[in-house]
Amino acid sequence: MMEWLSLKEWSPYLVGFGIGLLNCIAFLLSDKPLACSTAYSRTSGMIEGLCLGPKVADKPYYKKFSPSIEWDWMLVLGIIIGAFISAMLSGQFHLEWVPAKWSVTFGNMPFVRWVVAFIGGILMGIGARWAGGCTSGHGISGTLQLAISNWLAAICFFIGGILTAMLIF
Amino acid sequence: MFKALHARKGIQLVIGLLLGIPFGFFLQKGGVTRYDVIIGQLLLTNFTVVKVMLSAVVTGMIGVHLLRSFGLATLHPKPGSFGSSVIGGLIFGVGFALLGYCPGTIAGAVGQGSLDGLFGGMAGILLGAGLFAEAYPKLDRFILRKADFGELTLPQLFKVNPWVVVLPVAIGIVFLLVLIERSGL
Repeated sequence: MMEWLSLKEWSPYLVGFGIGLLNCIAFLLSDKPLACSTAYSRTSGMIEGLCLGPKVADKPYYKKFSPSIEWDWMLVLGIIIGAFISAMLSGQFHLEWVPAKWSVTFGNMPFVRWVVAFIGGILMGIGARWAGGCTSGHGISGTLQLAISNWLAAICFFIGGILTAMLIF
Repeated sequence: MFKALHARKGIQLVIGLLLGIPFGFFLQKGGVTRYDVIIGQLLLTNFTVVKVMLSAVVTGMIGVHLLRSFGLATLHPKPGSFGSSVIGGLIFGVGFALLGYCPGTIAGAVGQGSLDGLFGGMAGILLGAGLFAEAYPKLDRFILRKADFGELTLPQLFKVNPWVVVLPVAIGIVFLLVLIERSGL
């Protein structure tokens, strides 16, 4: 068992099966699909609230998604912990300044990589809220409910992503 | 049957955490918390992300619809519109390629020690989400409701029992995965 948990990699199909099961459990026990991006919106609102005071919670968007610690926030916290445990068990945990594939094409200057990651993050933060979900909420949990909005958004994630990746690499 | 459990906020926070831990564990074991793997998918040289996502969709789709057939789960399809799903989706996609993680996998990347994810990406996503919240009233009035189709699902569109759509979609996805494996991707 321990040996299996310490493997560097599992079959992607086994991993997908596991995530699918987690989604079923989430529907059953929490009446919610697995989804991550709302947690960022809440965190952003909480930080804004710390800086500008409680009136931030009156913004129309935060009336819809309150800037407080909710189920989805704990889910994202859990992801950090779970990935940390997995990486520790397989000996893969290490501080990485610049990903390998990036440094082959763009060099190993952390500053350059971080600026691009930051700009990408801003677009992702806007896009996820604009579309009402991300790769997990739309791409997995939404598509499995066969909703049209989810399929459309998930396809657009990949169209935008593939075109941009092909352009920059 | 679980209605009372759904309403208990403290326990729900614990359940959220307890679901997140295996979620992060699976994402890390699948390799999809790595920049190289996600960019490989967007460059169409490494199909790990698609394999993980599609097998999660098949499993979850059958499982959730079974739960629903037994009255144990309610679907929560997201409302959508052309202005929201398509434009938002494309903006997200551009960010996806520049960042090389998504909001879920970046949390896993941070867990395994990725600093570009933590200081670059997460900070960016938070700023982006904040900018959106600021612009939301205007966006909602002018763009987000363009060509609205609400919470429509495919079975509702075709006016059929959900299983009439679930089974062919599941078979189609399995077929696609076999095709991907056969072509050595």
